[in-house]
Amino acid sequence: MVLGRSFEDMCAQMYYRGKMFGFVHLYNGQEAVSTGFIKLLKQTDFVTSTYRDHVHALSKGVPARQVMAELFGKSTGCCRGQGGSMHMFSAEHGLLGGFAFIGEGIPVAVGAAFTSKYKREVLKEEGDMPVSIAFFGDGTANNGQFFECLNMAQLWKLPVIFVVENNLWAIGMSHYRSTSDPEIWKKGPAFGMASAHVDGMDVLKVREVAKEAVERARRGDGPTLIECETYRFRGHSLADPDELRAPAEKAHYAARDPIVALKKYLLDNEIATEAELKSIEKKIDEVVEDAVEFADASPLPGRSQLLENVFADPKGFGIGPDGRYRCEDPGFTAGTAQV
Amino acid sequence: MFEALREGLGEEMERDPNVCVIGEDVGDYGGSYKVTKGFSEKFGSWRVLDTPIAENSFTGMAIGAAMTGLRPVVEGMNMGFLLLAYNQIANNCGMLHYTSGGQFTIPVVIRGPGGVGRQLGAEHSQRLESYFQSVPGLQMVACSTPYNAKGLMKAAIRCENPVILYEHVLLYNLKEKIPDEEYTCCLEEAEMVRPGTDITILTYSRMRYHVTQAAKTLVDRGYDPEIIDIRSLKPFDMYTIGESVKKTHRVLIVEECMRTGGIGASLRSAIMESFWDELDGPIGCLSSQDVPTPYSGPLEELTVVQPHQIVTAVENLCGKK
Repeated sequence: MVLGRSFEDMCAQMYYRGKMFGFVHLYNGQEAVSTGFIKLLKQTDFVTSTYRDHVHALSKGVPARQVMAELFGKSTGCCRGQGGSMHMFSAEHGLLGGFAFIGEGIPVAVGAAFTSKYKREVLKEEGDMPVSIAFFGDGTANNGQFFECLNMAQLWKLPVIFVVENNLWAIGMSHYRSTSDPEIWKKGPAFGMASAHVDGMDVLKVREVAKEAVERARRGDGPTLIECETYRFRGHSLADPDELRAPAEKAHYAARDPIVALKKYLLDNEIATEAELKSIEKKIDEVVEDAVEFADASPLPGRSQLLENVFADPKGFGIGPDGRYRCEDPGFTAGTAQV
Repeated sequence: MFEALREGLGEEMERDPNVCVIGEDVGDYGGSYKVTKGFSEKFGSWRVLDTPIAENSFTGMAIGAAMTGLRPVVEGMNMGFLLLAYNQIANNCGMLHYTSGGQFTIPVVIRGPGGVGRQLGAEHSQRLESYFQSVPGLQMVACSTPYNAKGLMKAAIRCENPVILYEHVLLYNLKEKIPDEEYTCCLEEAEMVRPGTDITILTYSRMRYHVTQAAKTLVDRGYDPEIIDIRSLKPFDMYTIGESVKKTHRVLIVEECMRTGGIGASLRSAIMESFWDELDGPIGCLSSQDVPTPYSGPLEELTVVQPHQIVTAVENLCGKK
């Protein structure tokens, strides 16, 4: 959680210093949800997220260096600089993306769960069934893909968990202004799905609920819909002036900062000392600083990178007038993408 | 042709247990045009998945499955329904290999019946080639004979890129003897239908048959048209096309796509760019009218290119004999 918070704060600094561009959506305040769920997963499990994906990536194990380099648009980024803030992917860590359009990632998570089930039913593979988690927000819970996926996941009992990070706001649209029945978790039972509501500012409570959902998925009993009450401390993105949210609401949630809460819990229950927590924070600062240095020092992508990943099989660029596949020309990727 | 498609799909499913079919009524019903008839009994309901009516989501699900190791074949009951999946096809299918920096491949095949049928009404008579052609990262092929249908189906499934395979509603009952031995067709190559010397006629899918019909009249009138079925709508086989243009110096494109932003429009500019010096005159292009396909018979006929129009166009381009 602390890594997530420090990383996001550094992103804001770097953005205003002109090191990263475009739309950057920070996760401050919601760390308990990412940590609570993803830290229960294995490397072979899958996660899909939205544009607010930096911390999901970090929680899933993507090194901070790779995420920062991606944000700086460098070729050492996890997606070679081609994805950016909203499209974090990692095949190694089971991060199936970062999606800019809301709702888009939910079917992808369902697809990964379908593969898990298929491998059991058809290919007769054994061992723990990989589960998928789809993270998305309150705005997405009004989108068609959400409902279509709830139906399919429950119908086929797929090992997927739908996590709604309800931070009450979709940019400037309040959840209550856009939703006829604002209790999202109650929509699960309409599909016959197990559902829960949890205080998303409390990482230990999130973890309890998450454990149950992951176990349910792994033993083949199907999906769960979990609504987490949470809040983003910053605007929707770094371009959002954040004028619509009431100061009282912000103060209310600031007082429930998940990191402060966990710290208090650890100290009160003598699980850790002040000194130990300070040394963790110091280590994290070093990780984030190192990530920035690495990203700064990394090279920008060269011209030849432009066409390399358009097709997995570059024969897709076709046969040129000379009778050869265009990709057979050694200078091809430095040229133009004609088909 | 539907049996050829079925054979191709069935062979690939036997060959690779990761190949599965996802779509509406593909299982118990056997597919709206019977391409997957019998598959449910043979392969089981996980490999021939009957979905609820949720194109965008089940296409997205197929993409997620492809990213994690499966090779789904998504059937649009009618290709027009895939318009509902446009979000997933454009954003995820075409893009994810690129935005992930090459980490994930999306070996999906998206197929289904499309084109103008017999009075099926506007929404069931759509020509989607133009809508998807600009999406980077997709390959598109159109089958037109039982032979190339089977070959292209197999090649598309084996391809690591996402491929859209366009089938035509009116061609499913075509009959042809095809080889018993295994074969595939190259996804990127065009097919020579009739060699000739006077003019290069480029076509695909159902219009191939209107062209060959027109060719009979043209031959009677002393013309020698070269007919090429381009098959690969994206990318274009610029070699086969180019060699032909260098021979005949005249080009006519005959397509069922709409005129505006269609395959013909792209092909015209590609030929002009690469082979300008070889051309003796402007490239002709006969496309469907830019209208929603009318229900009424005579109007529907007027919407698509008819053989007599092809004959007239060739006579205009080549001069009267």
